[in-house]
Amino acid sequence: MLKDTSNTWHSKYSIKDSDLTLQLFKLDGPLLLLISIAFLLGIFVLFSASNESTEVLMRQLFRIGIAFIALMITAQISPDLIRRISPWSYFFGVVLLSLVLFLGDIGQGAQRWLDIGIRFQPSEIMKLAVPMMVAWYLHERKLPPSGKNILNIFILILIPSILIAKQPDLGTSILVFTSGILIIFLAGIPFRYISALSLFAIPGSLLLWKFMEDYQRQRVITLLNPDIDPLGAGYNIIQSKIAIGSGGLFGKGWTNGSQVQLEFLPEKSTDFIFAVIGEEFGLLGLLFILIIYILIIARSLYIASQAPDLYSKLLAGSISLTFFVYVFVNAAMVIGLIPIVGIPLPLISYGGTSMVTLMIGFGILMSINSNQKLLST
Amino acid sequence: MPENIHIKDHGKEKTLFLNRILISSLVALFLLIIIIIRLIQLQVFEYDTFNQKAQGNRINLRATLSPRGTIFDRNGNTLAENITAFELMITPEQVINIEETMNNLLDLELINPIQIDTIRKKIQKTQKFRSITLRSDLNDQEIARFAANRANFPGIDLQPKLIRHYPHKNYTSHVVGYVGSINKKDQARLNQSFYNPNEKTGKTGTEYFKETILHGEPGYYQFIANARGREIPLNENQKNNTFLENKPALPGANIFLTIDLNLQILATNLLDGRRGSVVAIDPNNGEVLALVSSPSFDPNIFNENLTTSKYNELQSNIDQPLFNRAVLGTYSPGSIIKPILGLAALQLGVTNLTQRHICKGHYSLPGNTHRYRDWLSSGHGSVNLHKAISQSCDVFFYEVGGQIGIDRMHNYLDQFGLGQKTNIELAGERTGLIPSTKWKKTMFSKKEDKNWFPGETVIASIGQGYMLATPLQLASATAALATRGNRFKPTLISAIENPINNEKIFNESQELTQIKIDSQSYWEEVISAMHNVMQGSGTARNVGIGAPYEMAGKSGTVQVISVGQEEEYDRELIDERFQDHALFVAFAPLNNPEIAVAVIVENGNSGSRVAAPIAKSIMDEYLGY
Repeated sequence: MLKDTSNTWHSKYSIKDSDLTLQLFKLDGPLLLLISIAFLLGIFVLFSASNESTEVLMRQLFRIGIAFIALMITAQISPDLIRRISPWSYFFGVVLLSLVLFLGDIGQGAQRWLDIGIRFQPSEIMKLAVPMMVAWYLHERKLPPSGKNILNIFILILIPSILIAKQPDLGTSILVFTSGILIIFLAGIPFRYISALSLFAIPGSLLLWKFMEDYQRQRVITLLNPDIDPLGAGYNIIQSKIAIGSGGLFGKGWTNGSQVQLEFLPEKSTDFIFAVIGEEFGLLGLLFILIIYILIIARSLYIASQAPDLYSKLLAGSISLTFFVYVFVNAAMVIGLIPIVGIPLPLISYGGTSMVTLMIGFGILMSINSNQKLLST
Repeated sequence: MPENIHIKDHGKEKTLFLNRILISSLVALFLLIIIIIRLIQLQVFEYDTFNQKAQGNRINLRATLSPRGTIFDRNGNTLAENITAFELMITPEQVINIEETMNNLLDLELINPIQIDTIRKKIQKTQKFRSITLRSDLNDQEIARFAANRANFPGIDLQPKLIRHYPHKNYTSHVVGYVGSINKKDQARLNQSFYNPNEKTGKTGTEYFKETILHGEPGYYQFIANARGREIPLNENQKNNTFLENKPALPGANIFLTIDLNLQILATNLLDGRRGSVVAIDPNNGEVLALVSSPSFDPNIFNENLTTSKYNELQSNIDQPLFNRAVLGTYSPGSIIKPILGLAALQLGVTNLTQRHICKGHYSLPGNTHRYRDWLSSGHGSVNLHKAISQSCDVFFYEVGGQIGIDRMHNYLDQFGLGQKTNIELAGERTGLIPSTKWKKTMFSKKEDKNWFPGETVIASIGQGYMLATPLQLASATAALATRGNRFKPTLISAIENPINNEKIFNESQELTQIKIDSQSYWEEVISAMHNVMQGSGTARNVGIGAPYEMAGKSGTVQVISVGQEEEYDRELIDERFQDHALFVAFAPLNNPEIAVAVIVENGNSGSRVAAPIAKSIMDEYLGY
């Protein structure tokens, strides 16, 4: 029924050919354009950050290709199906996370990978599975959610968050946790609950401190005073601030940033790529990329607001706002506003898995969007 | 309303949701504004600070070392120079297989098996592109052996390095000194910005005393470095820029010493490894022609990786080869001071040119039975001043000394520079000691020790007791006798040469206060007696007779242990190290002096028989006979 309406839709309105193609593949033009701009900029920045390595460039292009394919496939899946598989993907993800803890590969001191033919991080699944699960849990319940429901949702969110934090992967854990919490917020949790929860923030953060690994505590201390150990723990943040600050208004020019090219800046292709933009393209470059991000988030939120059903609304809202959290956390840590947590700059940092997850997220948004368009006709 | 009844108000839900989206957007916007404000703070307001930090990050400074100045003798013979030595270096990142390379080096005997562990540790600790020294003292065969196999050793290299070389080894070590690694004491003394931690600095001798002149001023060059300090070649844009500073090093100045190498070598050979010292001075300007302390050492060994045991061996050697006796050794001057006391006696009217004393071979103070012996137990009979000096009669000086008194004696010896530093350009020079009543009062703490006793004046009259002098002081005092009272500050520095334009700045002789003796005849009487010592009927007549020039001298034989009242000094029975020191001072030609010499042979037994021939040979050589 609904699925067959595309043809009638097509016949009723005269649309441009390009729009037609996009509609055909259930893709969203503005979002696609903005993502492509971000990718393009990212490729330029990465070329410079990798000391002009074509090998790195080719690998990134390959990943972008895979990510686009993932987006397009996801966009074809109806929100209805996505909703129905939500609990299954959640439980599947939790099982995998538990497996990782017991028999996962150790990469860079953390157990994140599961080797099943291809190596992948189950925690990536949870970035989407948790908001899907929470949205599914709420979609037939009355809003705003009751205290009991909120408690249940908290448990649903905390289980994977703790499992991921134990790997240890604080960055992903924060993102997973946030993506779920955002849905509670969007679902209209009364502000009195929020204020009550804020009261728990202080003992909560103390509890968090107790559970943190030594290196994570070190990062917090370092943020508060990077000059305590300028060549050790404080080195990253000091060098990153020097890179950004010395970029000035217009930057030192592409491939001309001394902090980047002479390798003073650590992790410059991945977590600190924001500083590379700051050094080589200056404040204007950073503002440009921030504007692109704002537009992506604005478009995503628009899609969320137009979503036809509660499940889609909540899921789309969470995906949009989590994307913002991505951008904010990365930028804020690179400029020394928050402790260093391993969250890459979305769409620009070098790396594969998280990019695919992000694009699947956008695929879900586009699926919701095309579904909404179909419904509205 | 019960939870399980789903009455959904879609309109209300939608407003609630939109409401929440709006709040979220506002929060997000607020957070973004914080980020942008922070960016403006970093990139606009603190731009200068961070830009400077980025520049400081990438621009590194490397020192260029200044070559150390050369040291020459007065005739331009090289005494200390820089020569190229080769170090064996490893650059780990260029080595294909470190273990295999080490084994191959072991096979060629270029490294020692006991080194291996230290090398491995060093390689682990150092960044891969930095070179590490494997060996610093390769000999010619080893260099050749490596050169022949070089193709098998990628990443291993010979690196030239300037090291200090002393071509005349033992002969000049106490004058020239040597260089060594900078230690904590040196750090406090040196201008640290002029030194690289691996550099050497003067430790003794001229190398130490003239360190600042010899060292020069290091330069530096700036280069672009990455975070690990590796030098990055300039790209095309940067090559045209002049933002990198470059300051060339200023080489150290060359020093010409007043030392005459031939005289120095001769004096060293004459001492023949015995403990002793020779100092020769040009009386007309104070230039030190020879300054020898024996035994000596080869300063070149300090270039090698001096093992502690080798250094300890030098340190603990009973003959103290590292000890510079010429300026640090203090000896009782003995009879050497008799000509000066003679002058004092004449000037003070205590005696005159003809007055005679009877010497029975011993002397006692009035009202005291203690006998002060003459070296000639049978006595010299009737002696005047002339004879007392040439025969070195002790009794004459016991009597005259008592009349002069210790404080007036101090005054005259002081005028000849005894008991004071000469301020020669060598570190650690000793003051020596000329006693006086005032000195005794301040130096002793017990009340009964503070008084000066007449008996102490008696033994001071023959240069024993508290009195102490360095060989350099004795040579300088003899030079003052030679010039009849004109004194010059002893110096080792003849000229400083600018290494760039070879301009020499000569060191001007520094005249000191003239010695106040009223009558020229007093001088001539004393000098004539000294002439008699060597070329008449005096103690060392065998040494000077037959020489083609006129000379003057004075012997001294100084007790190392005291001999009891009724005992006889029997050389055969006394351990070599407790035998008398042999001293001799001399100058020549008599009336137009060109050289003054002081010789000390420790435990040499007889000044006239052992020390005098050495002084004579040195004067022969210098005067060209």
